[in-house]
This record gives sequence, C-alpha cells and structure tokens, in this order.
Amino acid sequence: MAVVAGLTRRPLEQVTVREAINQGMDEELERDEKVFLLGEEVAQYDGAYKVSRGLWKKYGDKRIIDTPISEMGFAGIAVGAAMAGLRPICEFMTFNFSMQAIDQVINSAAKTYYMSGGFQPVPIVFRGPNGASAGVAAQHSQCFAAWYGHCPGLKVVSPWSSEDAKGLIKSAIRDNNPVVVLENELMYGVPFELPPEAQSKDFLIPIGKAKIERQGTHVTIVSHSRPVSHCLEAATVLSKEGIECEVINMRTIRPMDIETIEASVMKTNHLVTVEGGWPQFGVGAEICARIMEGPAFNFLDAPVVRVTGADVPMPYAKVLEDNSVPQVKDIIFAIKKTLNM
Amino acid sequence: MRKMLAAVSRVLSGVAQKPASRVLVASRNFANDATFEIKKCDLHRLEEGPPVTTVLTREDGLKYYRMMQTVRRMELKADQLYKQKIIRGFCHLCDGQEACCVGLEAGINPTDHLITAYRAHGFTFTRGLSVRAILAELTGRRGGCAKGKGGSMHMYAKNFYGGNGIVGAQGQIFEAYNMAALWKLPCIFICENNRYGMGTSVERAAASTDYYKRGDFIPGLRVDGMDILCVREATRFAAAYCRSGKGPILMELQTYRYHGHSMSDPGVSYRTREEIQEVRSKSDPIMLLKDRMVNSNLASVEELKEIDVDVRKEIEDAAQFATADPEPPLEELGYHIYCSDPPFEVRGANQWIKFKSIS
Repeated sequence: MAVVAGLTRRPLEQVTVREAINQGMDEELERDEKVFLLGEEVAQYDGAYKVSRGLWKKYGDKRIIDTPISEMGFAGIAVGAAMAGLRPICEFMTFNFSMQAIDQVINSAAKTYYMSGGFQPVPIVFRGPNGASAGVAAQHSQCFAAWYGHCPGLKVVSPWSSEDAKGLIKSAIRDNNPVVVLENELMYGVPFELPPEAQSKDFLIPIGKAKIERQGTHVTIVSHSRPVSHCLEAATVLSKEGIECEVINMRTIRPMDIETIEASVMKTNHLVTVEGGWPQFGVGAEICARIMEGPAFNFLDAPVVRVTGADVPMPYAKVLEDNSVPQVKDIIFAIKKTLNM
Repeated sequence: MRKMLAAVSRVLSGVAQKPASRVLVASRNFANDATFEIKKCDLHRLEEGPPVTTVLTREDGLKYYRMMQTVRRMELKADQLYKQKIIRGFCHLCDGQEACCVGLEAGINPTDHLITAYRAHGFTFTRGLSVRAILAELTGRRGGCAKGKGGSMHMYAKNFYGGNGIVGAQGQIFEAYNMAALWKLPCIFICENNRYGMGTSVERAAASTDYYKRGDFIPGLRVDGMDILCVREATRFAAAYCRSGKGPILMELQTYRYHGHSMSDPGVSYRTREEIQEVRSKSDPIMLLKDRMVNSNLASVEELKEIDVDVRKEIEDAAQFATADPEPPLEELGYHIYCSDPPFEVRGANQWIKFKSIS
C-alpha cells in the first residue's frame, strides 16, 4: 500500500506482491514527474486488481489516468507520449487484452529505436497480470512470455516475489527501452519478506539477471513467475528423499540470463525447465536450444526436460484446468525422470 | 396399459390438487390483447421511427413475463452459486437488463444471427438454450452447453455466436460500421447502454454519449431498454429496415444492471445505492410488464405469481442438476482443438503426459 511507504520499516517486513508493485510505482512517480500511469480503472477504481490503490488520490488526474476501454487507442497514445519525452506506465488489465494493441507494442514501441538508427527511444513500460488465473477460461489465461520474449527491441521481465516485483518495476520504469512486465494475478496477494536493501528508494533489480532461490547439487530447475513457488515446493519434497534441487528464478525473460543457468547445469548435470505457458516455441524450448549451443551441453547427463502448461486452450472446468497447468507432482515426476529414478 | 392409467390418474389428480385460485383463474375472462402507448424513440438520420403504440396479446405477454422472470431468477441463482464458490472465475450478470434480451428476441427470427460480449447468459437463454445447460456450464460440468470447457463467457448455440470475453474494440466497431454501411449489410448494431463500463461512467469514457448517433452515416434509434414492448417494437422496426435492403442500423437500448460489472465488483464504489434502488422501484422491466398486464386485464396477479413459482422450480431443478452433474472427464481435456481432423496426441504438463485429441 502507498501508505506503507511513509512509515519507518522494520528490518524484515512482510509485503505482498501487490503492495510491492504499488510501492515501486509510487516511488518512481515521486522521483520523476515525467512518469505517469494510464489504463482502465487505474485511477478512481484504484485498479482492477487494486495494484494502483491510492495513487490517483496522491498524484491526481494528470499522473494517473483512466482510459476508455480502447487498448489499441491508449497503447498508441502511451507510445507517442514516450517518444515525445514522457515515461508512461501503460497497464493492460490482463495481457490477454494486449493482443488488441499488440501492433503498438511491437511495431511502434519495440522496433522504433532500431528503425530510427538509434535516434528515437521509447521509454515505456507495459505492465499487467499475465498467464493463468483461476477459472477464467480460454480467452483470459494465456501466457505471453514467449510471444513478447521473441521480439528484439523489447525487454521482458517476469517477477515472482515481492522483492522481484518492486526491484523490477523500478528498473523497468528507469529503463529507456520498452519493457514488458508480466505480473501474475494469483501472486498479487502473496506476502514475502522484503530484505532491508529493498527499502531504499533506489532499490533496483537489474534486468537480465536471474536469481538462485535455492542452492542444490543434483538437478537445476529453472522457472519464472508463479511456478517458482511450485518448484520450491517440489524441492522441499525431494529434499526429504535426498535429492537437492537448485532452483533458479529467471526474473527476466529477455534478455535471458543463460549464463546463470549454464553455470548451474555445469554443476548439477541435469536440467528441468518449468513454465505456465504452452510448450511449443516456449521459454523452456528456448532454454533447451541455448544450452545445446553453449558450454553446458557437454555437462548434461540426461536430456533437458520441460514442464509446461498443457497444449490446449485453457478449459474452464476445474478438473480440466488443474490438469492444464504445471503442478508440483508434474515437476517432481519430471525431475525424477531426468535423474533416471 | 397400467402405466397409461397411472399416468392419466396422475394428471387428473394433479388438476384436482391445484389451489382454488387456479379454478378462479380459469373462469375469469381476460382480454385477448391490449394496446399500449410506448415511449417515442430518439432518431438519428431517420424520418420515421418505430410506432408509439403497440398491441400485446395475452399469450405474448405471459411468454415475455415468463422469459424475463426466468432470466432474472437464473442470474440471481448464479449469484448465489458464485458466492458458494460453485461457479468460479468471471461472472457478469444481466439482472435489470431482461427487457433487452427478451425484447430483442421478440423482434427477430430464430434464424437471424446474434453475437454479444461477456454479459451473455440472458441471450444464451433467449437464443434457445435451457437454464440447465447454462447453469451447468457455469458450474463447469459435462452437461453444460460447452461441455464445461467454456464457462460464463463462452456459451454458443445455433445462430448465437457467444459470449465473448475480449472487448476494447472501440476502433474495431468503427471499422465494422464502415464495412457494413459500404456493403449495405443487414446488420443491427446494438448498444446496451447500462451507463457504466466496468467502474467508469459513460461520461468519463465517451466524448459523445449519444451512442445511437455514433454510427455517423448509419441511422440510429435510442430506445427505452427497460420497457420490453419498446425494445420489441424498435427491434421489429430495425429488422424490417435491414431486411428491406437499406443497410445497417444502430439501436441504443438505455438499460441498467443491478449487479456490479462482475461478481468481483460490488458495484457501489462508482454509483450510489440510491441510484440502484431508484431504478429498481421505478423502472424494473418485469414490474413494468406485470403492471401493464394486470391493469389491462391481460392476466391476474395470482396467475403471474404462479408463473413465478413455476420459474423458481425450474431454476431450482436446473441448479440441482448443475451442482450434481459430474465434471467433464479428464480424458477429454485434449478434445475439440481442431474440427474435422483425424485424432492426434496432445502434450500435457510434461512429455510423458499425453491426451488424445478428437475433433
């Protein structure tokens, strides 16, 4: 909550992902008057998912702007504003709706600095919830990590924890390039301890750097966003059986920190990737390709295994939905398979 | 023979058990029809509009009353099931807007085609699906109209193209207007103007809130969307306009939703409870029809009450089914990806989990 920003903080404070994003945006809005937020229901409604709660009250109509339901229109307006020197945060209520505006994200934002020969930067942030939620069915559950990660000119980040969320949104806003921030609706309410560094108003997490959330020796598990939680859960279960998993939280999709993954694989000799998105042409597929192209390939004792969403549009019925997203049991199964157990 | 006798005796004893009011009703003389004055529509680029009076037959009146009451009760049941977490995800209810879907259907043919956005349960019903099939889809069961795979926003029927979850197409609608007018397509563009786009009032979202004029070169009507007879007449007029080859036409139905945008929206942070109450007490579409019918002797209060009881029972039965019906079988997770294709394999959460996909 924006209110928390004004209080003296205890060393290890529990902050939800939602609050962390709110704090990050609040600090950047305060720091630089060129920063502003636009999107549907971001101002007077306090945000469809309450991520921008309190910001309109604090910064007013000029900095926090409610738009009509016109993604192509307001994304275009945001890109134009970025080209003219402002620093917009363009919220998509979910990234599913960004498909209405994808031409602006790719053709107007991502490619422009290149097409202009380095003349015209587009310092814009596109943010919002990405991927599966609960029971929202086919048109509202797609993961866009692979689609946006495919495009040169874009930076794409995917925070998991509150620390990730705060540090990455601040870095994204300060970055002079178009950055897509893929949040996760089911993570918004999850509390995490924020380390003391995260309380500084200049706390930034570098874009393009992964984090090892858990050290291990037998197998490397690489994931991003909410599935990181499932990976840690699987690691806890397997630890009891004497299998120690090294869990890597990618934090950034593009540019991908393949070096951290390679160094880990060169230590553990086994790799499992875990993502919520569809398998074909996905994040895991890219990791597999890069591993083969680099030094870590010769250290693999078994082929890389991918754990992904099922290759179907997201079904509505609970039993089908549960089996269309990667579960802890699927991760454990994949790990044991690659360890030949 | 015994079965037939048993059935016959059930029917006869059923008649005898009907309450006394039923006997009274049967012997009353109702009017066959009545003429009503309806509000004049605002016109855009039209010399004449729909008539300002209309004839309602007793039969039609009872049918419309029953349909609106069914939609109302179905939506309220969905509200209940959602709060019990038996319905999940998104749920956009249309209670308050019943005159729109029922009135529209009354003005068109079953062979006409209809498409709408996510506030679709009422249309799904008026386009011919049963409450059972709708509620079972909302609860995600195999008896649902989309076999449990679509949910609230993805219901389809013959000549009904959903149920669509993605909007944000302000520009696209102008593209559609242009092509429809250019090619003189027989298309009625309908705006159910319930005053709010999620939490934003129309004044804060639209440079012009005269939506019926926004088709520019396309003629338009602004209609009292709380009066089912007004909606029916306007629809008949619009349909006739299209069928005569003149091209597209626009209808703005001024209506109101009692619930918030969806079940996650309490609906009171951007509008007052007084406003909601005022609409309920002065403009409720079911109440308006009921008053008209009773006051012109098209039906009695008791008769309509019986319909209420009957509808309640139908909804209860449907809800029972929707709660008891099993979920779709896991083996069918991969079905219906493609149409008319031979079966193939679909990957699950890892390469060892496979599902069969059948068209």
